[in-house]
Amino acid sequence: MFVQILIVAGLLVCAVQAIRSKRLLLSALWLAGASALVALEMYLLGAPEVAVIELSVGAGLVTVLFVFAINIAGEEDMSALPVVPRPMARIFVLISVVLLAWMNLEVLGLQVAVIEPLYFKTVLWQNRLLDVYLQMVLIFTGVLGVLGIMAEPHPSSRRTAEHGQHAGLEAKEQR
Amino acid sequence: MDISSLLLAVICLLGIGIYAVLVARNLIKVIVGLQVLVKGAMLALIAAGQIAGQPEVGESLALTVIVADTIVAVVGLALAVQVRRRFGTLDIKALSTLRR
Repeated sequence: MFVQILIVAGLLVCAVQAIRSKRLLLSALWLAGASALVALEMYLLGAPEVAVIELSVGAGLVTVLFVFAINIAGEEDMSALPVVPRPMARIFVLISVVLLAWMNLEVLGLQVAVIEPLYFKTVLWQNRLLDVYLQMVLIFTGVLGVLGIMAEPHPSSRRTAEHGQHAGLEAKEQR
Repeated sequence: MDISSLLLAVICLLGIGIYAVLVARNLIKVIVGLQVLVKGAMLALIAAGQIAGQPEVGESLALTVIVADTIVAVVGLALAVQVRRRFGTLDIKALSTLRR
C-alpha cells in the first residue's frame, strides 16, 4: 500500500517535471521515469505482461527515439508566451478534471463483477484478434515514421529550408 | 492501493497531459504532453478491467494503446524533425503563420 502510494507520487512528480523542464532532453528523461513507474504500477496491479511491454517500449524505445529526434532537431528556447493563455488553460484543465472525477464517482460505487476468468493470451489472440491486426498495421506505420526521422532533406528543398529558417528567425525577432 | 486512489492518480495524469498540450509551444513538448496523457489512459484501462471483473480485457486494450501511443510518438517526432529542417523552428505559433 505504502509502496504504491510512493510510486503514484513519483509518477506525478515525473509527469509534472516532464512538462516543466526547459530542456527537451530533460523532459524526455523525466518521461522515461514516468513510463518506468507506470510499468511498476501495472506490475503491482497484476498485469505483468503489459508492464514488461510498457517498460521496454514506453521507457526504452520511445526515450531512445526522443533523444535521437532532439539531437537532430536541436534544443530551442521556448520562453515566449503560450498560444493558449495559462489562466484559460488552467480553467479548462480544472473543468476537465472535475468532469472526469464526477463521471468516476458512479464507477466507484459499483461492485466488482465476478465473471469466469480468462487468460490474457486467449483474450488477445482470440477475442480481440482485430486489435492484433491493427497493431501490425501500426507497427508498419512506425517503421515509416522512423524512416521519416532519418530521412535527409531533398536537395531541391534545401533552398526552401534556408528560406524557412530565415522566416523563423524573423518571426522570433518580431516576438 | 484501492481503485479510488488509482483513479485519482489517473485523473491527475490526464489533467497534466491536457495542460501540457494546451500550453506547450514546442512541437516536441506537445508530444511529451500526449505521452503523459496516454499513460493516464493506460492505467485507467487496467483499472477499468479490474472494476469490471475482466482484467484480461483491460490489459489487452492497454497493450493496443501502448502500440498506438508509440506510433503516435514516432510519427510526431518524424514530423517535428522534418518541420525543423524545412522551416527552421519548432514553435507552433511561428509555424502556423509561416508560408512556403
